[in-house]
Amino acid sequence: MLFARPDTLTQAIALRAQGCRVLAGGTDLYPGAGDQLSGDVLDLTAIPALRGITQGADGLRIGACTTWSDLAEATLPPALIALQQAAQQVGGRQVQNAGTLGGNLCNASPAADGVPPLLALDAVVELTGSNGARSLPLAAFITGPRRTALAQGEILTAITLPQSALTGRSAFVKLGARAHLVISIAMVAARVSLEQGRISHCALAVGSCGPVACRLPRLEAVILGLTPSQALEQITPAALDALSPIDDIRATAAYRREAAAELLRRAVLEAA
Amino acid sequence: MITFTLNGQAITTDTAPTRRLSEVLREDLGMKGTKVGCDAGDCGSCTVLVDGRAMCACLTPAARVQGAHVETIEGETPELTRLRAAFLRHGAAQCGICTPGMLMAAVDLLGRNPTPTETQASDALGGVLCRCTGYRKIIAAVCDTTDTPAITTGGVGAALQRLDGAAKVAGDLFGADVVPDGALTLKAIRSPHHHAAFTFGDLTAYGQRPGIAAVFTAADIPGINRFGVIPPFADQPAIAPSPARFRGECVALVAFEPGVTPDTADFPIHWQERPALMIPAEAETAAHLIHANRPGNRLTEGRVVKGDAASALAASAHIVEGEITTAFVEHAYIEPEAGSAWMERDVLNIRACTQAPVMDRDDTAAILGLPVDKVRIRPSAVGGGFGSKLDISLQPLLGLVAMKTGRPVRMTYTRQESMVSTTKRHPAEIRGRIGCDATGRITAVDFEGRFDTGAYASWGPTVANRVPVHASGPYLTPHVHARARAIHTNGPVSGAFRGFGVPQAAIWQETLYDQLADKAGIDRLEFRILNALSDGDQSATGQVMQATGIRQCLESLRPHWHRALAEARGKPGRGVGIASCWYGCGNTSLPNPSTIRIGITAQGDIVLHQGATDIGQGSNTVIPQIAAEALGLPIEHFHLIGPDTFLTPDAGKTSASRQTYVSGRAAHDTARALRAIILRLANASDAASLSLTNGTLTVTEGTIRRDIALGKLPTGADGYVLHAEETYDPPTAPLDANGQGKPYAVYGYGAQLVELCVEPTLGTVKLLKITAAHDVGRAINPQLAEGQIEGGIAQGIGLALMEEYLPGRTENLHDYLIPTTGDVPPIQSILMEIRDPEGPFGAKGLGEHVLIPTAPAILNAIRHATGAKITRLPALPHRILAAIQGAKP
Repeated sequence: MLFARPDTLTQAIALRAQGCRVLAGGTDLYPGAGDQLSGDVLDLTAIPALRGITQGADGLRIGACTTWSDLAEATLPPALIALQQAAQQVGGRQVQNAGTLGGNLCNASPAADGVPPLLALDAVVELTGSNGARSLPLAAFITGPRRTALAQGEILTAITLPQSALTGRSAFVKLGARAHLVISIAMVAARVSLEQGRISHCALAVGSCGPVACRLPRLEAVILGLTPSQALEQITPAALDALSPIDDIRATAAYRREAAAELLRRAVLEAA
Repeated sequence: MITFTLNGQAITTDTAPTRRLSEVLREDLGMKGTKVGCDAGDCGSCTVLVDGRAMCACLTPAARVQGAHVETIEGETPELTRLRAAFLRHGAAQCGICTPGMLMAAVDLLGRNPTPTETQASDALGGVLCRCTGYRKIIAAVCDTTDTPAITTGGVGAALQRLDGAAKVAGDLFGADVVPDGALTLKAIRSPHHHAAFTFGDLTAYGQRPGIAAVFTAADIPGINRFGVIPPFADQPAIAPSPARFRGECVALVAFEPGVTPDTADFPIHWQERPALMIPAEAETAAHLIHANRPGNRLTEGRVVKGDAASALAASAHIVEGEITTAFVEHAYIEPEAGSAWMERDVLNIRACTQAPVMDRDDTAAILGLPVDKVRIRPSAVGGGFGSKLDISLQPLLGLVAMKTGRPVRMTYTRQESMVSTTKRHPAEIRGRIGCDATGRITAVDFEGRFDTGAYASWGPTVANRVPVHASGPYLTPHVHARARAIHTNGPVSGAFRGFGVPQAAIWQETLYDQLADKAGIDRLEFRILNALSDGDQSATGQVMQATGIRQCLESLRPHWHRALAEARGKPGRGVGIASCWYGCGNTSLPNPSTIRIGITAQGDIVLHQGATDIGQGSNTVIPQIAAEALGLPIEHFHLIGPDTFLTPDAGKTSASRQTYVSGRAAHDTARALRAIILRLANASDAASLSLTNGTLTVTEGTIRRDIALGKLPTGADGYVLHAEETYDPPTAPLDANGQGKPYAVYGYGAQLVELCVEPTLGTVKLLKITAAHDVGRAINPQLAEGQIEGGIAQGIGLALMEEYLPGRTENLHDYLIPTTGDVPPIQSILMEIRDPEGPFGAKGLGEHVLIPTAPAILNAIRHATGAKITRLPALPHRILAAIQGAKP
């Protein structure tokens, strides 16, 4: 059994090519494990290049091993408020100090808190393998519950946010049956830009209401050009046809659709 | 090799790099202060600081702390010292299992923010679950930056800080925390199906694999493979022969050599799943019987019939009718079952978490075919129980292996194992009617309850008998017809959980009383005051009540009620609700004695042999307070022994809110007997006062002073120069076929007022404040009493709003939700003291009472806010929203 905790990406890519499983924060891998993780393990958390938030010419780059606490504590544009709000609602502080944004995406839970805010930021994931790096829109990366487009030998190395998406303000609203440590019944992120009191750009995303979180392009188009209060009237359960919620232990499908609309109204109001 | 700094000391340890840090700390380094509650980051009890940041040690790979600074509860820093003192002073530690995690999370917070607000503290501690305290005292302790001195002495009525508190704030030793050298590691094989037959493959070959010491099945049990808390109903095997009757039932044991990673993945067993009965209504009419001797899958039915309820209802001016359905509720103590066992010559020693050491001894001895004096139960600190640790769990399993192999053995349940295999609160389906006359006086109650008792009897008979007795609530009800039946299913075993079915019944009755008050046109609080039981009234069982405190509790809430209603008026979503409770303390019409022994040594130590297990509720403090007061000597002279079945007489089980009352009364009577012996020696009257200095007992009466040099008195075989032992058994009388009689000698009472806000578009509830008035007879220790109230309310909140155990679905602490710091609002406790002639210094029980009114008061407040009638619990947001929409005209 191999354990490696390299400090360069090159070493990490080489180890990944050998088939090691990737360990980041550990907050999703350890639950369900025994006293220790089984198999060959590649720990990414000692690679400085994978952690932190940097501004580039074409946008923001968030290293995959950036923790929730890193995100919450960083000074970021108002477009990232939703992501920062989500970062403070993932598990408790203990999990926020360990869990990483990249891990959250690779785990691909339908209730992953990081996904709706990133969808609303047009996030692109950077996947690096021995043949170099490729980019994929986040929406194309998460292909189903617990399924991603990560290929054999690849590592999710960064999340990039295009400059065009760093405009406006955003808000994240999560609904659960208790105050802390909660898997959401539904959650939403909204990013809104206003010009002369009217919505000039918006991005809406909903999680926990289908196999994967998704954007709502049709509704976004409908509310474009409206005032926020006019927009609220358009955000109805019927307008959320892109969602496919299910009945489960936390709520019914019908409730989720209704709650998602209410959460979106709140998020738009908060972001506007 | 991993090198790091642990609490300021350099440490190098050789361990697997992906091993959980919690395992390295506990197993390799012997630092047992860091607790493990879930191994999944759901409970936070393993919180440590890594380079100053709070982390779950269970989610942290050992390799990640290479070169880091790790701080644990074993650290000695000024901040931890101050926090420990604040936790003790505020009563912020009850059972103590979450305390290390809470303290470390608090250190993290105070490092960033030395003067946090309550909200900041609540948010920072949101990752640590506590099941005992209701969090309010923890938050208060974290925010208290003063160095106020604690109360460390005093008798009855003193808000003394816990006598056993120092260990709790240092990281107490629970079931998993003491491991005998060379102990085998025991794992159970459990049924993955609700109902399944099974056959084994080649167990002999499996048992010879490297690392496996032994394998055991039902065939290896030497005694009677059948246990149960109520002997006539005993039906549960320690290790099941085929078929298994519920998911999680133990069917075999594998003992692993020390140091081996236990893996039972390819244990040779073949399962044949069978149809399972999961719905009580279907089980009642099913051809298949889960136990062949119980027709209709009915375990038992309890009933109380007084007067003629049907006629009285027909003649009533107003009648309400309703039904309520509740879910399985998991105890969710943060300490999963754990313990160890070893042989000392021919005596089997079992050290495990428990609420009932003598019952453990008797059941384990019977299963193993041992005489009871060859089994010694040595309870560990108990990390929460709430009823589920009354039944044996791993005791006979550990005992079997220690006995058969002659080697020490340890076992710790995983969180999932704890949740699937141990008891639950009974799901209830209750329906019926309540009537009142034109003036609002209650005329009659007609109550029918069906309780899902799961696969085995456990405490099902107790629930079936206790519920009808309490079906009227604490109100004068001339005509009562109440029946409760316990029905077997292939669900988890339903047993004891804080209130034995009474909380479920109260949800039904108290929500209907609100509707009845509305029909009668009477204020909901005044309706309750009008009907409150008074001294001299007859209960539903015909018992003449005494020291009845419900009216005083309700009246004490009147100013709060008017303030709350005024504040809520005109504000959308705001609601105010009230509900009452009453609860008989101790067993229902069954013997229920406690015995306490006190000895004085030649050196002047007063030794209290106290067999009542303190599961966090405080008997290690309250019983010494009672004994000290009754003896007339300061509590500082007392030294506590026990519980331990070889060292302490039987103080019964920690259940039914009986320890303060029953064991407290035994301690009172023992101390009084010892005092009488001392006074006789000094030829003094009871007016004399005692003091004890340097082995000399001084008796002073007026101007007369007599010194008794204890060293000069003969020492008895028990090591004491003076001693006494007394037993107290509550004076109850049997119930007849109609449930008439005197089921309990003492009742406690209470009422709670809930203020909340409902989000009408989401169906979510924000609790704003709870005001709780409880008649405790006499508050032996007001701070501990408040701690019980706050903790019971937190569990009541969970019952009302979020807790639903679904076998196979919610077997962890992230799908099964219990309240977190942010879910418990400010609580104002009002302690009423209507002294009971039976209780020690007038004290009554409290532990279960406090949970009963919370859920119905919440439902009543939701209805007040929105008109929504909730009939199925928990009131999850989607159920509330549906009820709101259904309530709209």
